[in-house]
Amino acid sequence: MSLILDHVSYTYSVGSGYEVNALNDVNLKIDDGEFIGIIGHTGSGKSTLVQHLNGLIRATSGTIYYNGADIYDKDYDRKELRTQVGMVFQYPEHQLFETTVFEDVKYGPKNQGLDDKQATLRAYEALQKVKFPEENYDASPFELSGGQKRRAAIAGVIAMKPAVLILDEPTAGLDPKGRDEILDLIKEMHEKSKITIILVSHSMEDVANYVDRIIVMEKGAPLLDGSPREVFAHDKQLEKIGLAVPQVTYLMHDLAAKGYAVDPDVTTVEEAKQEILRVFGNR
Amino acid sequence: MGIIEAKDLVHEYYRRDEEGNVESIETAVNHVNLTVEPGQFISILGHNGSGKSTLAKHINALLLPTEGSLWVDGKDTSVHANELPIRKTAGMVFQNPDNQIIASVVEEDVGFGPENIGIETDEIWRRVEKALTAVGMWEYRSHSPNRLSGGQKQRVAIAGVMAMEPKCIILDEPTAMLDPDGRKEVIETVHELNRKKGVTVILITHYMEEVVDSDYVYVMEKGSVVMKGKPREIFSQVEALKQYRLDVPQVTLLAHELRQAGMDIPEGILTREELLEALCH
Repeated sequence: MSLILDHVSYTYSVGSGYEVNALNDVNLKIDDGEFIGIIGHTGSGKSTLVQHLNGLIRATSGTIYYNGADIYDKDYDRKELRTQVGMVFQYPEHQLFETTVFEDVKYGPKNQGLDDKQATLRAYEALQKVKFPEENYDASPFELSGGQKRRAAIAGVIAMKPAVLILDEPTAGLDPKGRDEILDLIKEMHEKSKITIILVSHSMEDVANYVDRIIVMEKGAPLLDGSPREVFAHDKQLEKIGLAVPQVTYLMHDLAAKGYAVDPDVTTVEEAKQEILRVFGNR
Repeated sequence: MGIIEAKDLVHEYYRRDEEGNVESIETAVNHVNLTVEPGQFISILGHNGSGKSTLAKHINALLLPTEGSLWVDGKDTSVHANELPIRKTAGMVFQNPDNQIIASVVEEDVGFGPENIGIETDEIWRRVEKALTAVGMWEYRSHSPNRLSGGQKQRVAIAGVMAMEPKCIILDEPTAMLDPDGRKEVIETVHELNRKKGVTVILITHYMEEVVDSDYVYVMEKGSVVMKGKPREIFSQVEALKQYRLDVPQVTLLAHELRQAGMDIPEGILTREELLEALCH
């Protein structure tokens, strides 16, 4: 079970004179149960890339295989693909539209063809999963706080029970509290339900704390692909494309450059603390 | 008297049902006192719902005090006749650049404000040039705002406010929707306006690393100012900041944790260089 991108390229506005190569010969394999962060600055192609994964955008050339089947095959059920590969867009709360939160979450499963009882169950389960406060199930989605709206929107996608969940900048515009809550929630869903998570972000520090694998996009293609430690070791290369490694990684690089025997590839505050205490602790 | 003076400022939101009866009252700003001197760079930190945006809307008379008073450049916001002069003194930049840009060409967008208050054409163009140059967007003057990046759009929005030649600008989470490059661009632009043009700046944000270079930082929680001081004084209270669920920069947090673990490291470390210095002394 996996998603494979085979020489995928995508060009915007073909033939208009304003052609933009948004994706350039991308080859990727995403395995079941992975927790991936896709990083890149605005315009690097990261959103375009993920919109290919559930067939929202069709590659100009190349193909994509989901569980071995070519999603561009004329007999392929792309409607089914969209429920298998769920997508939470940027500012998903802008897409809430029903009169109550519960109805909004039910909309997806109902659209999948489930009967009312099953859809109700799915909605209930999804709202529980995102830890949405029960007293607000019947509230209008427009009366909620920013963090709650986002939870409701995520529940709407989870209710369709996707095997792969893509979240495009799920924490944009949230305050630090809301951001941590959403990221913790995503992590918990990944651990409990074993679904594949693809998190699009421009915050290295957010991603370092959560994901197992980072794909750095630049000019429409993956530039780096590996564990946070592997990717952050390339600090100079990341800086060149306008991305920064976490502050603590820089600090460890500085210390290593001064001749201290610290592990330079530390990516979190906790790891940095342990390393510094190990090396400096007995002074 | 400062350019902005809040005295025991209170703002209550009334929620009414369909018949207009008051359902609930929420105190968004609760007895806030604030003094901003001309030319200062002030930051207000706090998470969503802490009352910081409500406070900001008082500074250019978009909202009026329920109790207490707010004075902008010596004028009381609750006096209706002061509304226009106050809005000319204090310009406001909001979170979403797409909601603030109205024209299809950058320079026309920037000229919209001055045109609206009846400034002469020659003077409008002079101001447009000055404002766009100040935010580093002069070369984009004939571009369509649609094709700009988020950071560039936000700089155009700031130029639009600057063209009104305000003494003070209030930025309400101007970087919340931008990527790291855009955030840096906007914050640097605002500092530059403060340094070179002497504009008083009030920056509202929840990103702590953006307030490091402010003259003063106010932290708001549940409508009240709960901490105020120079950035270093604020940043040395890591436990309190965590309690208000604010995002302490990684280096400050690491320095604090090392100190807790018994290492000889001063409180209030703000930068990587400072921590490096403290470790290697």
